[in-house]
Formats: sequence, C-alpha cells, structure tokens
Amino acid sequence: MSDKSNDQRRDPGADPQPTDLARRRFLQRLGVTALAAGATASAPAWGGSTLGDAFADFFQDHYQRMDADEVKETLARIERKAKRRYGVDIDCKDTPAIPGVVFGYAINISKCRGYRDCVHACVEENNLSRDTQYIRVVEMHHGSLNLHEGDHYYQGTVPEPGKYYLPMQCMQCDNPPCVKACPVEATWMEQDGVVVVDYDWCIGCRYCMAACPYQARHFNWGDPDLPPGEINPDTHFLGNRPRPKGVVEKCHFCLQRTREGRMPACQEACPTGARIFGNLLDPNSEIRYVLENRAVFRLKEELGTEPKFWYFRDV
Amino acid sequence: MSEAMPEQQTRAPLPFGRFLLDGLRQMLRGNAAYWAWVTLLLALIGIGGWYYYLQLSQGLVTTNMTNQVSWGFYIANFTFLVGVAAAAVMLAIPAYIFHRDDIKTVVLMGDTMAISAVIMAILFVVVDLGRPDRIWHLLPGIGRFNFPESMLAWDVVVLNGYLLLNLVISFYIISCHYRGCEPKLRFYFPFVVVAIFWAISIHTVTAFLFSANHGREYWHHAILAPRFIASAFCSGPALMILGLQIIRRISNYPIPWSVINHLAIVMTVSLQITLFFVAAELFTEFYNESEGAMSGHYLFLGLNGHDALVPWIWSALAMLGVATLIGTIHPLRRKVMLLNIACVLTVIGVWIEKGMGFVIPGFVPSTIGEIHEYAPNLHEVMVSLGIWGIGLLIFTLMAKAAIPIECGELRAPGVKAGKNICATD
Repeated sequence: MSDKSNDQRRDPGADPQPTDLARRRFLQRLGVTALAAGATASAPAWGGSTLGDAFADFFQDHYQRMDADEVKETLARIERKAKRRYGVDIDCKDTPAIPGVVFGYAINISKCRGYRDCVHACVEENNLSRDTQYIRVVEMHHGSLNLHEGDHYYQGTVPEPGKYYLPMQCMQCDNPPCVKACPVEATWMEQDGVVVVDYDWCIGCRYCMAACPYQARHFNWGDPDLPPGEINPDTHFLGNRPRPKGVVEKCHFCLQRTREGRMPACQEACPTGARIFGNLLDPNSEIRYVLENRAVFRLKEELGTEPKFWYFRDV
Repeated sequence: MSEAMPEQQTRAPLPFGRFLLDGLRQMLRGNAAYWAWVTLLLALIGIGGWYYYLQLSQGLVTTNMTNQVSWGFYIANFTFLVGVAAAAVMLAIPAYIFHRDDIKTVVLMGDTMAISAVIMAILFVVVDLGRPDRIWHLLPGIGRFNFPESMLAWDVVVLNGYLLLNLVISFYIISCHYRGCEPKLRFYFPFVVVAIFWAISIHTVTAFLFSANHGREYWHHAILAPRFIASAFCSGPALMILGLQIIRRISNYPIPWSVINHLAIVMTVSLQITLFFVAAELFTEFYNESEGAMSGHYLFLGLNGHDALVPWIWSALAMLGVATLIGTIHPLRRKVMLLNIACVLTVIGVWIEKGMGFVIPGFVPSTIGEIHEYAPNLHEVMVSLGIWGIGLLIFTLMAKAAIPIECGELRAPGVKAGKNICATD
C-alpha cells in the first residue's frame, strides 16, 4: 500500500533519464560506503557515521525523485541527526496523501475569542523554533476587514469589546504563487492540496516569501531555537521534523496528524470550536456543510490564488 | 579575466599560454598607486570575506532582514548592478550598429564593466542565499531547475548567459588585437547583436522578478521594466564617464571627448525619462490612494510615524533632479567638473532609487499589514563592500591587461608592435 502510494507521488517526467540513473547509482554507492564507514568506525549509539551522514546530506536528492530505499535511508538519517543534535529519539515518517482527500479549513470568526491557544499548540506540535509562529491572530475592529488596521501583537485580556479576531496561517492556495516562484522546485502542492517544502532541497533564496500574499512563509534566519525537552517525536518528512537553518518553512496542515485521520493541532486546541477542518471532497464533511450553507469569504480572493482557507460568521 | 580563459582555450588559435602569461604579467606590474589601489581592494575583500564567514557560520541572522522584510541590502545592490551591466549596450549599439569608430575604441571597456557588474550581481544573490551549499540544486539535470516557471530561474539563465556572451566577445576582440590583426566583424557581429538584446533582457527579467509578485502592489506595475531600463541607462553611462576619465588620466589609452559627450547625452535623456516615469508612478499611486499605495506612502511620506526611507528617497530624487538639470543645460554639461558632479549624483541617486528605495518598500507594510522597518547593519554593509571590492578588482585587473594590448604596446611574440591606436589619436 505504502509502496503504491509512493509511486503515485513520484514525478514521472523526471525519472528515467540516463543522467538521473547514473547519478542515482553514484549516490547509492556513496550511501553504501557511508554505511560501511559507519559500521567499521566507532559505531556510536545512534548508528551511522557523522562524516558519512554529512556526505549523504550534501548529496541528498529531491524528495520527489527518491525511490523507496532512498527515502528509508533519508528518514533514518534524519532520526540519527535529531538524536545527535537534540539527544531525542524521534520517529520520522513520510505518510503519503490519502487518495480522495483534499484538505480545507474554515474559521468561524464569530466564535474566535483571540485566546491564541491554536498558535501555541501549533508551535509545540510542529517543533517550531520558539521565535516562529505559523498562525497569526489579528485583532480587528468591528466594522472593518482591513488587515492594515488590525493589531498583530495585541496583549492583555481578550476578547476586547468592539474587537473580533482573525486567525491567519498558510491558506494552502490551490494556485500557489510561492510554488511558481521557487527556482529549484523545493516547494510543491501535494495530492491532498497541502503546499509543502523539502527542507533539504530549499536553497534559502526567499523568493517564495516575496511571492506569498499572506506572509505565510517563515525563514530560519539562524539555527532554530528548539528546546530538546519539548520536541514532538512524531514527525513527518514534509511536516514537523526538525529544520535546518537557512531554509523556508510554513504551515502544512499538520501532515503528521491529518494524514493519519487526526485533526490538526490548532483545531484540537481551539477551546471555542471556531475551527472546522476536513476533507473538501467528502460531501458529508463538516467543512462542506459550512461551505454550502454559510456566507463564506476568503482573504485577497481578487488575487486568484484560490485559498483552501475560508472564514464565516454565525447568523 | 583568468576565470574566462580556460573555457575559451580550444577555440582560440593563439599562443594561449603566452597570452595568459603576458596578461598576468601586466596585472602584476604597476606603480605604487596601482598597488595601493589593489591592496585597498584586497583589504576590502578580506574584511567582506570575514563578515561573510560569520554569516555562513551563524546564518542570515547576522543581517537585519526579517520575515517581514525578507530581502534587503544585498538584493538592492543586485538590482542596481544588473542595470549597470545592461548599460554596456549604450556603447555597443553606437559602436557596432551605427559604426561610430570613436566609440569602438572604448567599447571593450564597456564590456569589461558589464562583466564586473554581472559577476557582482551574481555574488549579491549568492550571499543572500540561506544555503549556498545547495546552489547545485539549480543545475539542470542533477538539480531541479524550475524553468520557465520561476522568474528567478530566468534570472539565473539571463545573467549567466550575459556574462558568457560578454566574455566571448571581449576575449575574441582582445585576442585578435594581441595577434596584431583586426577582429572579423562577421565572426563577432552575431554575438554582438545577441548581446544587445540580451542586455535589455537581463534588466527586464530582473524587473519581472519583482513585478511578478501580485501580492506586493508596490512592485506589481507594468512600468517597472521600462523604468528599470531607463534608470540603468542613467547609472551605467555615469559610471562609464567617471571610469573612462580615470583610465585616461592613468594610462595612455585614447578616450575621445566625443565618447564622453555621447555618454553624457545618453545619461541626460535617460534621466529625463526616469524622472517622467517616477512622476507617472507617483500620480497613479497618489491621485486616488488605494490600499496598494501604502508602500509608496511609506517611502515618500512615512506611515504611522515610520519614515526611515523618507530622507533617502527625497535626497535621491533631489540628486537625480540636479543631475538632470546639469545634463540638460548644454553649457553646464560641457564643463567637465559639473558633468562629473552630475555623474556622481546620478550613480548615488539611482543606487538609492532602485535599491533601498525600491526593494524595501515592497515589504513595508507587509502583505498582511505589519510595519517593520529595515536598515542594513554592519555585517551586510561589510559583505557588500567586499563584493564591490571583488568587482572593482576584476575590472582593474582586466583593464590593466587589456589596455596595453589595445594600445598596441603588448603583442604576441613575433608580431610587430605597430598599429598603435594610442599613437594615431
């Protein structure tokens, strides 16, 4: 099952080129040598050799071009790196998209009280650097939908009278300008509609950040500030695995959870039930009910980015 | 120059080793002033290198850039330099298309400037990368090059192509002169024509790089590419006028006054067009001010008490205005001192106007309305100075080797050292 969906994910156009095969054979030999070096050297507790891993890191292929073996080796290497760097045993998986599922989100802004529980749950779930937040809740004046007039850094007791709260995160655009912008195809939209980043392929040019109309992309300006004791060990290659410095990251609808049928951390954390997450292709899903029965809107719809992220009000 | 030569080796039917050696010998031979200049540049490069090392080891956190203003001083310099590189056509077109022989004698210096400027532009992008170790991901085949989707991929293609074209043309011409023969027009003319269109393309693509982003309304204007090219034809000729005068002072390379005058007129007309374009943009932005005009408001007037860029842009516009006046009034332009002042004002004015004054307001306010101001810090300035040092050093070394060949003083063994263009003028 997993092999089959792996094939689904593969880029058919890029595969059978001779240069590609030669390179792959070369990389495989490299991997073998690296493993051998790991076995013969001091054999540290986490297995594998640092030098071999560094070498394999450098030559690591684009995720969509890896075969099943390469993915397996890469995931193991990521786990070893986390152990070395943070002293934590993580599990890194690459659960593929569930066929027939496209994720969407709808926020009930009359229920959101601005508690920011979603923001903090997201930080913990997704192993975010403690100076980065995927979710931004903006305190807005009643009577205005102008983001420029909102308060992005509100403090004190919420909800404040006369204010409402607008949570923003990656809109998972169906026509994502960031994907177009990337010069190395390090970011793309998955089968389930989630725009992901291969953190090991990104060159850190930040053109995607210039292209994103929603300020949804975040750069690792330095080494992520991630307290080892707070690491979530349940990680996904395209999701919440520990990130290196110098690359861009973004909200990925908690792939590590949602591809296994769970809700994203922000949805679970919300105490008011303002967050509706689900499968847009399932006519019986709650999100489909909202889209079909409520007056919904999307941010900057005029740009044609087709966000899969809606807002609505009760009444 | 030494970078270019190995790839040319097979094409050039000339004593290549000797050519290289002679060139190197010229670069290593000079008076005290020459060495003082080279040492200064090497010192700049060394300091810049140290700050780049710090940036590499700690990450771009050493810069003042943020998630809100995610491009800064580096990309500002990059944008300016692509324009300088493109401006070489302002010598190539009259020299090769209109057969102006006076300009033909200095066209090689224009190419040399273009080569240095493109290399600097590329370096400014490289130091802006979070992961320069992964730059091979751009190579088609072993990497994944998002061409033709990504405008940045287009920029990689056109900049490297332009560098290559200029290297080929300069190398062919200089190697012919080295052997004491005239370059054959039918060989290099096709390259020259391609290079002329290519020069326009590098700056157009760089403008599209910005104007493609419909989420950032300050950049999302159709006038951007024409405006970029107009201002490039201000700053490029201005730099050439200054550079050519320096070359004339320190060497016996013939720089006819008619060439300087040609460049001064190009600069003046381009300045007039640039100011017109700026005015057209200001009118459109401010007559009925929409939300998209907030960046322009921030730049020119300040926004909610944030006004870091206001003095920059007004001084830039004042400089461009004064330069335009000097250039437009003939008696003023004909005074060398005033012309030089106009050139300096133009270079600085354009550097601000399309650098800090263009790149930064695209990010302020952010696409979701935050106002984060930006100014470069010491690290960014030092790394940038290092890159300018590299560019100036490349120009210096290439010019140092090329001038004696162009003057007919340096020839391949066995070739008579006659036909001295420096003597005929």
